[in-house]
Amino acid sequence: MSADVMIRPRTRAVPAGTRRRKRHDPGRVLRLYVPLGMYLVFTLVPFYWMLVFALRPAGSTDPVPWPITFEHFETVWNDIGYAVFFKNSVIVGVWSLLFTTVIAVMGGYALSRYRFRGRGLFMVVLLCTQFIPGAMMLIPLFSIFKSLGLINSLASLIVADTVFNLPLSIILMSGFISAVPFTVEEAAMVDGCTRFRGFLAIVLPQLRPGLIAVGSFAFIHTWNNFLFALMFVSKQDSFTIPVGLSYTIGEYSADFGALAAGGVVAALPVVCVFAVVQRYLVHGISAGAVKG
Amino acid sequence: MTTMRRRAVPYLLISPTVALIAAFLVYPIASVAYYSLQHRNLTRPWADGFAGLDNFRRMLFEDEVFWHSLGFTAKWVVVEIGLQLILGLALALIVNESFIGRGLARSLVFSPWAVSGVLTTGIWILLYTPSTGVLRFLGQPEAAVLGNPDTVFPAVVVTELWRGVPFFAILLLAGLQGIPGELYEAAAVDGAGRIRRFLHVTLPHLRDAIVLATLLRGVWEFNNVDLLYTLTGGGPAQVTTTLPLYVAQRAVDSKDFGYGSALTMAGFVILLFCSILYLRLSRFGEER
Repeated sequence: MSADVMIRPRTRAVPAGTRRRKRHDPGRVLRLYVPLGMYLVFTLVPFYWMLVFALRPAGSTDPVPWPITFEHFETVWNDIGYAVFFKNSVIVGVWSLLFTTVIAVMGGYALSRYRFRGRGLFMVVLLCTQFIPGAMMLIPLFSIFKSLGLINSLASLIVADTVFNLPLSIILMSGFISAVPFTVEEAAMVDGCTRFRGFLAIVLPQLRPGLIAVGSFAFIHTWNNFLFALMFVSKQDSFTIPVGLSYTIGEYSADFGALAAGGVVAALPVVCVFAVVQRYLVHGISAGAVKG
Repeated sequence: MTTMRRRAVPYLLISPTVALIAAFLVYPIASVAYYSLQHRNLTRPWADGFAGLDNFRRMLFEDEVFWHSLGFTAKWVVVEIGLQLILGLALALIVNESFIGRGLARSLVFSPWAVSGVLTTGIWILLYTPSTGVLRFLGQPEAAVLGNPDTVFPAVVVTELWRGVPFFAILLLAGLQGIPGELYEAAAVDGAGRIRRFLHVTLPHLRDAIVLATLLRGVWEFNNVDLLYTLTGGGPAQVTTTLPLYVAQRAVDSKDFGYGSALTMAGFVILLFCSILYLRLSRFGEER
């Protein structure tokens, strides 16, 4: 798709010299493939180990899970209640994704296209929020949600996660919007579109990589958030995946099969999302956050 | 559209953000300041009331865990960020080269970033278990790594590196991609070798990205509670308790909101002071 090509330039910083070298250059193998291979082992062995525990029968110490069994998945999904935790996490994740993305498009558009009084202050406030520790907001947020009657409700998690996702999402989004030339938008307005129609017709389609990056960022963060869910929700039928997993770690610490199967359930959605969007993320950061 | 209405557009666009930040970030901070001057414990409501500076007196003069947690927080942040910077930079340089399968390699090495702190705990508990973990293949004696005060620190550091290095590498890779390729060609024409190109082209251009990444990650590691809360619970014997973890334990476990708020205020002041100091020392954003 053309927008991808336009917005995501290929790596320019190909170090000089790579072209001159042959593929089987021993220096290149030592410099590149050996450390990369070692790092891959460090990254992948833990994932593999989780899979081994999840797929082999209880009591086995075989490093290769064969024959595989799904008994641990049945245990966590039905008996421990991961079906419910999973559903709760999806609800919180999707709503937070939607709110974050829509509000971030609005805020990002304002930052990117308008020069208004207070813009600098708004930017500074957004950056400052990055220094606010979620753990330290537990006490006051608990009091607020309690007075709103939202304790034990998934709404408290949706609100809190959206608020904590927003600042970085707006900064990223304004970078993506700035990458869409304003002249095309102006041309649409000259042709009689309102600014809003022009935005929907011209900017939004080209913003797809930005929407994917910001949305997936918000989803992953929300899916993984543990402390808010631990603090604001104490009824088991409102637990999210990380809270359920933390109890599995505590209570089932002898049942490593259940722990590992729960881990696979927790990991699968985010790792899949991440594998798809990883390339947009690198570009989004170079467009938005690092260069300002 | 009248000028007035057009002027209002950007403010309308940012109004949801401003409202949310005001209600759920700014107001809570103000209320933490207020709570820190109160006795407030959900489990002992009869003793609630104005405390003056009593919480702070208790924190500074009676609470050994507080002082110990400060020391451990500093050690934790410095060690983690130092190692993450070195490994993250190396990783970013490697996956910035062009080779076959680069996209796949990037997806794989970056993937732990998407994993939550609790899940990281779950995975590494499996690895550290004496009877069935991987350490038995490395000749590690049957010992509980996480229960031993001597081995628990390296164990949690390695665990957090697994998840922390990828995002560092992502941030630095974004910075690397902004360096114009001509600079390397010019340096090569001038006869600069690989190491000199790295020292004189890559590092200076990456300076702001490195400062920003270390600061962001430093704040993040300071605030990182999920992993330690679930992996060690701050133990054994509180040796791995950071200040935010201590706050979280006060909030979640003992519901002592007044004292927890006083600890929170201390955390804010320390974080603010260190961040400003770091930005000053690193001369962020200044042209040299």
